[in-house]
Amino acid sequence: MSVRVIARLDIKGPNLVKGVHLEGLRVLGSPERFAQAYYREGIDELVYMDVVASLYQRNSLVDFVRLTAQDIFIPLTVGGGLRTLEDIRQVLVAGADKVSLNTAAIARPDFIREAARKFGSSTVVVSIEAIRMPNGQYEAYTDNGRERTGVNAFDWACRAAELGAGEILLTSIDREGTGKGFDLELTRTVAQAVTIPVVACGGAGTLDHIRDVVSRGAADAVCIASLLHYDLLKRMGTDYRAGEEGNVEFLKQARNFSKVSGAAVGDIKRVLRESAIACRPAFESTSHV
Amino acid sequence: MSDSAAPAIVIVDYGMGNLFSVLRACQSVGVEAVITDSKQAVSDAAAVILPGVGAFGVAMENLAALDLIDVLRDVAATGKPLLGVCLGMQLLMSESHEFGHHRGLDIIPGNVVQLPLIPGLGAASKVPHVGWESVEPPVSSREGHAPGSAWDGTLLEGLPGGEYMYFVHSFYCRPRDQARVLSVTRYGTFEFCSAVTLGNVMGCQFHPERSGPAGLLIYRNFSAKVASLKQGEQRAGQA
Repeated sequence: MSVRVIARLDIKGPNLVKGVHLEGLRVLGSPERFAQAYYREGIDELVYMDVVASLYQRNSLVDFVRLTAQDIFIPLTVGGGLRTLEDIRQVLVAGADKVSLNTAAIARPDFIREAARKFGSSTVVVSIEAIRMPNGQYEAYTDNGRERTGVNAFDWACRAAELGAGEILLTSIDREGTGKGFDLELTRTVAQAVTIPVVACGGAGTLDHIRDVVSRGAADAVCIASLLHYDLLKRMGTDYRAGEEGNVEFLKQARNFSKVSGAAVGDIKRVLRESAIACRPAFESTSHV
Repeated sequence: MSDSAAPAIVIVDYGMGNLFSVLRACQSVGVEAVITDSKQAVSDAAAVILPGVGAFGVAMENLAALDLIDVLRDVAATGKPLLGVCLGMQLLMSESHEFGHHRGLDIIPGNVVQLPLIPGLGAASKVPHVGWESVEPPVSSREGHAPGSAWDGTLLEGLPGGEYMYFVHSFYCRPRDQARVLSVTRYGTFEFCSAVTLGNVMGCQFHPERSGPAGLLIYRNFSAKVASLKQGEQRAGQA
């Protein structure tokens, strides 16, 4: 069975952003440009996450989804601030294939059941943002790792699957944006406990990390942000416009991101295939230029 | 809607799943398809796409409520191109065992059953099956042919064999007649029928509209088939 390589695009207003532990967001450029490039290079799926939607109780992704879904013919998952069946319907009509639910699902777990019944299980991804507690247990957080819930992440994954979720998007907030590698223990524990696919997210800093989370973490798919974004920035240059909202200092300075070297879609697929991990081949093996 | 204004290709909207991406795929290969739930529009169309995501039983109920069941059978019987995608492929079969027992459109004899969870494979066996897998001609049609040439004249024509397509499903089709199997796909160690064909009817378990350039080729082939049938009709009309 093939492993999927998914690009995660965190969106804030009109911009693609990237933080560390989902905080301290830097503007990286226009998300359409990144999405198009990944599609051309053979990424298997895209995830758009409106990273401040829950915080500000808004849902600004619909127009953006409509715009970018026009020319991209791979699965698109959209999350962030989806609170009602009508919210879900709107992003699906705009061109999303799946929705990612977190805050609203934890607040009212039956939301998963209702969404699965109305739109089909395969449409419903439950996003779990996990933080490791001092006692070694993992707790599920909401609002991009800002709010504690008191819910055990492992129990929540099993419950979400029972309620009809089609997939789990499992993010280690501890590792997110750090480039220190995926949380293999978290991923393996959840992936082996549920019979639905588990997408590992948060921490990829090298190609070995990606291989490890599949071979040792039992991940069914990997979700990558920094590695892909910083590689593409190096190859494409920046497109930020003066006066753009958000923290654009990083782009102005054109600094290298110190911990993450960057890898293209082709690099990731090549390493997986060399490790006898099946995946759809990339279209072009564009390494660092 | 008058006959002259009848759209060439209609996408059937029966309340199940993502029609937008199917429409976008059609547009991207130059086809102006129309989304409709009208019995008349489906009946008048030159070709029909039956998409769908969700539960088999609900889908058949919705088709019945729109009075589309006989219309779709007529589309197939009159030789118009009919493409079923994902759940739309499964609906072409005689019956399904998804959450009970349901009768299908019975256009292609066979049934729909659940993918097995293969014990011991760990992460290699999850249901639903979500992901990109390669699509091959069945062994019987592979013998003595160059890879992929078994698909000449079908909607998979031009694909090399082994092309990766995007799947999301928990159930799969078992056509009664093996000759209906257009392609097979392996899920772990388990091989299932990933596309069927019968005359101008075709079904694919994967989502060609979500399978990148390789998937779009199927819509291009579908559109070419509709165009060539139209030309044939015009010639016949002139003769």
